[in-house]
Amino acid sequence: MSESVYLAAFILLAAVATFATRVIPFLFFERHTEHPLIQHLGRYLPAAVMAMLATVFLQQSADWQGKFPGLDALIPGLLVVAVHLWRRNTLLSIAAGTATYMALLQSGILGG
Amino acid sequence: MSRSVFRLTLPILFGYIPLGTAFGVLFSTQLDYPWWVAPLTGLVIYAGAGQILAVSLLASHAGLLEVFVAMFVLNSRHLFYGLSLLGRFRGAGWRKAYLIFGLTDETYSLLTSRPQNADRKTEQEIDFRITALNQCYWIVGCALGALLADNLRFDTSGIEFALVALFIVLTIEQFKALGDSFPIWTGAAAAAIAIVFLEPAHQLIGAIVIVTGVLLIQYRKLRSEVAGEGV
Repeated sequence: MSESVYLAAFILLAAVATFATRVIPFLFFERHTEHPLIQHLGRYLPAAVMAMLATVFLQQSADWQGKFPGLDALIPGLLVVAVHLWRRNTLLSIAAGTATYMALLQSGILGG
Repeated sequence: MSRSVFRLTLPILFGYIPLGTAFGVLFSTQLDYPWWVAPLTGLVIYAGAGQILAVSLLASHAGLLEVFVAMFVLNSRHLFYGLSLLGRFRGAGWRKAYLIFGLTDETYSLLTSRPQNADRKTEQEIDFRITALNQCYWIVGCALGALLADNLRFDTSGIEFALVALFIVLTIEQFKALGDSFPIWTGAAAAAIAIVFLEPAHQLIGAIVIVTGVLLIQYRKLRSEVAGEGV
């Protein structure tokens, strides 16, 4: 598959998957909004998915072979939590964590 | 009407332009595609966290099935936004498809929190304009970031941590809205199990299966407790 075909297929699939999550309730659940299972999943699933994604990607961005395994991702990750609990400003929290991760990585301070 | 609609969307303007710009910068520094692909994804995919995840999937040249599953799972929270808007979009005609397409986290929270006092047709027209304005801000942000990044001259390695940071922030926001840490621990533990036992390519799918299973067990347990009390 050529690069541009892959990119086009990728964008199309991503768009269809995203639209599917938005349109499915309107197609299939017009009559089931009060079902307790739907209400239960609606209440708990989003939080669980976010925590799951945060954990998986935090682990994948860490260097587990260095002098201090995992610290290069854990420090900026904890900083995001702290800054967000302090100011509750999404962009500020993301910028603080990302800048710290970049600084640790580029300076090689943790023995990269 | 237009001025008051614009004013309603101002918080989204200030959120989407910088976040869209961040996406655009990430897109252009991580990938070798022309700058206009970034705003194109904002036009046809239109999902903040989804597009940022897409950058890392594109960078690792992920398989197309994995792309579909990952995007669907990440956006699965949207399934539940629609449920609360079924009645509101009823009878919106040709606008309905776009109202549903544009149902991002921010648009959802704006639509569901604004006061409504006109007739349904007018309210749907207002909802439609809000949705369209929000998407315009997002696309402009994506384009700005991609153009900016092409003209930047500094070391951007490590910028992909923005995705991790975004998920951490969203987790905290979910916890604050819910006031219950059970799903947070479930999600984190499911991820840990998947990380230990599965290869990176299957971790996301494995973790979502565990999460869904635990939530179903919890549901049955809660139901039997309620039934027990009823006797």
